[in-house]
Amino acid sequence: MLRITGGKVYDPANKIDGQIKDLNIDADGKFSDGQCDSRTIDATGMIVMPGGVDVHTHVAGGAINFARAMTPEDHRRTQAFIRTKTRRSGLGGMAPTTFATGYLYAGMGWTTVNEAAVPVLSARHTHEELADIPIVDKSTLTLMANNEIMLDQMEAGEYERARDVVAWYIWAAKSYGVKAVNPGGVAAWKWGGDARNLSSPIEGYNKLTPGTIVTQLARICDDLGLPHPMHLHCNDLGAPGNIKTTLDTLKHLEGSRAHIAHSQYHAYGGDGWETICSATAELAEYFNSHPNITTDAGAVIFGDTVTITADGPWQHLLYKLTGRKWGNLDVENETGCGIVPYTYRPSNLVNAVQWACGLELLLLIQSPWQVFLSTDHPNGGCFWRYPEIIKLLMSRDFRDECIKKLPSNIKNKIVLPEIAREYTLMDVATSMSAGPARALGLKQKGNLGTGCDGDVVIYDQEDDPGEMFAHPRYVIKAGEVIIDDGEIREAPDGREYIAKPFYDPATNDFMRPLFEDCYTMQFENYPVEIERVHGASIHDCKNDQDS
Amino acid sequence: MGIKLTLIRQPTVPLEAEVLCPDTLADCSADEIAQLTIYHGKRQLPLSDFFEIEGEKSDEIEIHGDLKKVRWIGRGMSRGRLKIQGDVGMHLGAYMRDGLIEVKGDAGDWIGAEMKKGTIRIDGNAGGQIGAAYRGSRRGMRGGLIHVTGSAGLEVGMRMRRGIIVIGGSTRDFTGLQMKGGTILLGEGAEIRTGAWMNRGTIISLKALEVMPTFGIAIRQFTPPFMPLLAKALVSEGITLPENKSFDLYNGDLAVPGRGELLVLSS
Repeated sequence: MLRITGGKVYDPANKIDGQIKDLNIDADGKFSDGQCDSRTIDATGMIVMPGGVDVHTHVAGGAINFARAMTPEDHRRTQAFIRTKTRRSGLGGMAPTTFATGYLYAGMGWTTVNEAAVPVLSARHTHEELADIPIVDKSTLTLMANNEIMLDQMEAGEYERARDVVAWYIWAAKSYGVKAVNPGGVAAWKWGGDARNLSSPIEGYNKLTPGTIVTQLARICDDLGLPHPMHLHCNDLGAPGNIKTTLDTLKHLEGSRAHIAHSQYHAYGGDGWETICSATAELAEYFNSHPNITTDAGAVIFGDTVTITADGPWQHLLYKLTGRKWGNLDVENETGCGIVPYTYRPSNLVNAVQWACGLELLLLIQSPWQVFLSTDHPNGGCFWRYPEIIKLLMSRDFRDECIKKLPSNIKNKIVLPEIAREYTLMDVATSMSAGPARALGLKQKGNLGTGCDGDVVIYDQEDDPGEMFAHPRYVIKAGEVIIDDGEIREAPDGREYIAKPFYDPATNDFMRPLFEDCYTMQFENYPVEIERVHGASIHDCKNDQDS
Repeated sequence: MGIKLTLIRQPTVPLEAEVLCPDTLADCSADEIAQLTIYHGKRQLPLSDFFEIEGEKSDEIEIHGDLKKVRWIGRGMSRGRLKIQGDVGMHLGAYMRDGLIEVKGDAGDWIGAEMKKGTIRIDGNAGGQIGAAYRGSRRGMRGGLIHVTGSAGLEVGMRMRRGIIVIGGSTRDFTGLQMKGGTILLGEGAEIRTGAWMNRGTIISLKALEVMPTFGIAIRQFTPPFMPLLAKALVSEGITLPENKSFDLYNGDLAVPGRGELLVLSS
C-alpha cells in the first residue's frame, strides 16, 4: 500500500538509530516485510520516526469542554480552521475544539493520545467527543482514587471487593485504565479539607489514608492485568516542598508498576512561594534507580493557558492566588473538577522554577524510556507547543538563551544551567513515541517493526529542531498519508482502545443498592454501551489471580 | 482630499465592515476601495455594493448615511480621522489604537470596546458596553477618551482599566461594572448598581444617584484635588466641568473587596 524509501530511521523499539532503511506498509495499515508496488515516498535525506504518542493529555470530556466555554477571549484571538473538503471547521488555542484537536495533533506528527482523566459520570460525553477527534487513536483513563464507593471498600479492608469495583467501573466507563488524582484529597475537599500527606486518615474516614489508596490501587491495576499501570497524580500538587510527599508516594508504590503523571508539578523544594526551588535532582535519582516506574514531564511553557484538573482543592487555591476565573464542576461522589485560566510568565519566579523543573526532569532522568514528553495539556501549556520543548531539550545554547530571560534571583533555585545533556533524535523518538507507547501497553504503537501500526512521521532535516518538529513533511496514519507538505489530505476516524478487566459477575448486584443510594442518575443509564464507543478496540486483560 | 463614502442601500441584515478604517483605506486606490470585502450576514460582497465612494488614498474618511446596521467601523484603527454623519452601529472603534472618530448621530453598543488610545466623540446617544471588555476578556479600554454628549446604555466602562469616558446624559444599570481603573464622568447620573464589583478607578456623577449598600461613605462635602487637573485635561476636548463643586466620596465595591471611588455631587 505504501513504501517509504531512503529515510534515516529512528526506531527505538527496534534499536534502529539513524540507519537508512526502507519501510513497507501493507493494505491493513501495518508494517510488513514484503514489498508492495504502490505509492512510494522517497524519504532520502529525511528523518523517519514512529508517530507520536501522548501519554497524558486532556482533549475530551466535561472539564475541557467547560474550559472551552470559559475562555471566549481565547477564541477571538486564536487560529481558526475554516471548513474545506477534507476538514471540518474549528478553533485552535488553549483548549482546541474536537476536530481541530485531531488536526493539530496529526499536523505535528502525533498519532495516538491518551485522555488522562475521565469521571465515569461523563464517560459517555467523552466518548462522543473522542469520536469527533479525527485521525489520532485514543484511549481514556477512569478517575478512581476519590470514588467513595471504592474508598468505602478500602476503608472496610475489603481488597477483593475494591478490585472488583474498580474493574466494574473501568468496564462501565469503557476506559483503558485507572487514573488516581490526589488520592483521598478530593474526597476530603468535600469536607473542606485536603490530603497533603500520606499517613493521616482522610477526612470523613476513620483509618483510610492516601498511602493505603496509592498502594492498593497500584496493586489492583497490576492484579487486574491492565495494560497501563496506575496513572498517578500525586498528593500535594504544585505546593512548595512537595518533593517529600512525592518521594513518600513513590515508596508506597514499591513493588508495583506505576506511571507518575506530570512530575514537574511534584518536584519542588522550599517551604513557601518565596523559597520555592527545584528538587528535580532528588526525584530523578529515584527514577534512575527504579526502572519499573515511568513518568511524563508535565513541562511548563511560558504563555497563556487554561488549567483543568480533577484536583478541585488545588484549583480553588490557584483561583485564590490569581483572582481570575474559576470553574468547578460537581462530579458527585466520584471526583472533583476545577478550571482556572492561567498565564505562565518568565518574570514570575515560581513560573520560572516550574519551567526549569520540567526540562530538568526530562534531562536528568537518564532513560528516555522512563520520562515522556508532555505538558499535561493544557495545564503546563498547549500540546501544539511540544516542538518548542523538543528544541529546548536538543539545544543547550537555546536553553542558556532562555535562562538569561529569567529573574536573576533564580540562580540557586534551579539546576538547569549546569545540565549539559542534549537530546539526540533517538532520545526524542523514545520520549515522544516509543516510550509512552510501551508505558501505555500499546505494543503496536511507537514501533516500526513488522506487524505494528503503520503510523509514521517524516521530517525534512533542518537546523532548527523547533521548526523541524513543528512542520513534518509527511504524517502517515495506518498507511494513509494524512499530512503532505503542511496540508491535511485525509482525516480518517481513529480507533479507541478500551480494556476489559475481569470482575466477579455478582459485582453488578453489589453495586446497584450502593449506586441507587448516592447517585443522581439511574443505574441502568450509567454504564456506557459498547456501541457508543466509536472504533472500539478491546484489550483483554490477563488476570493473574482469577484466570 | 479625503475619502467620502455614502451608503446607497440599506442592509437587510447587519453589515460587518471592518475595512472602513483609515489604516486600510489610506493605501487603497478608488478601485481597490470598491473591491474591499464586507460581510452582509454570511455573504461576502464588495464595498461598492453598499457604498458610493469618492476620493482615494487618505486617512481622512467621511461616511454618510443611516449606518445603524453597519458594524465594526474603525476597528483597530491606529491613525487618521473618521467622520460619520448619521447613526452608526455596534463595535465602532473597537480595539482602536489611535486617531479620532467623530459621529453626528447616535451610536450602538460596544463603541471603543478594548480600545488602547485615541478619541471617540459621539454627538448623540450611545448604546451599552462603552469602552468595555468583550465577554471573557480581563480588561476593557486601556486608554483614550470616549465622549458621548447624550445618554448611554448598560455596563458603560465594564472592566475598563485606564482612560476616560464622559457621558453628558444619563446611563443605565451597572455603569463601571467590575471596573479596574480609569475614570467615568456622568453628567446626569445613572440608574442602579453603579460601580458594582468595582476594583479600582473613579466614577464621578454630577447628579445624585443611588449608591449600592456595598459602598461605604468615606467623606462628605469633599473637593477632590484632582478635579482641576481633570477639568484642564478635558477642556481641550471641549468638555467643561463645573468649578468648585463638592462631592460625597464613597469607596467600594466592598463585596469584592475593591478600592474604587464613587464621587457623587453633594446635594
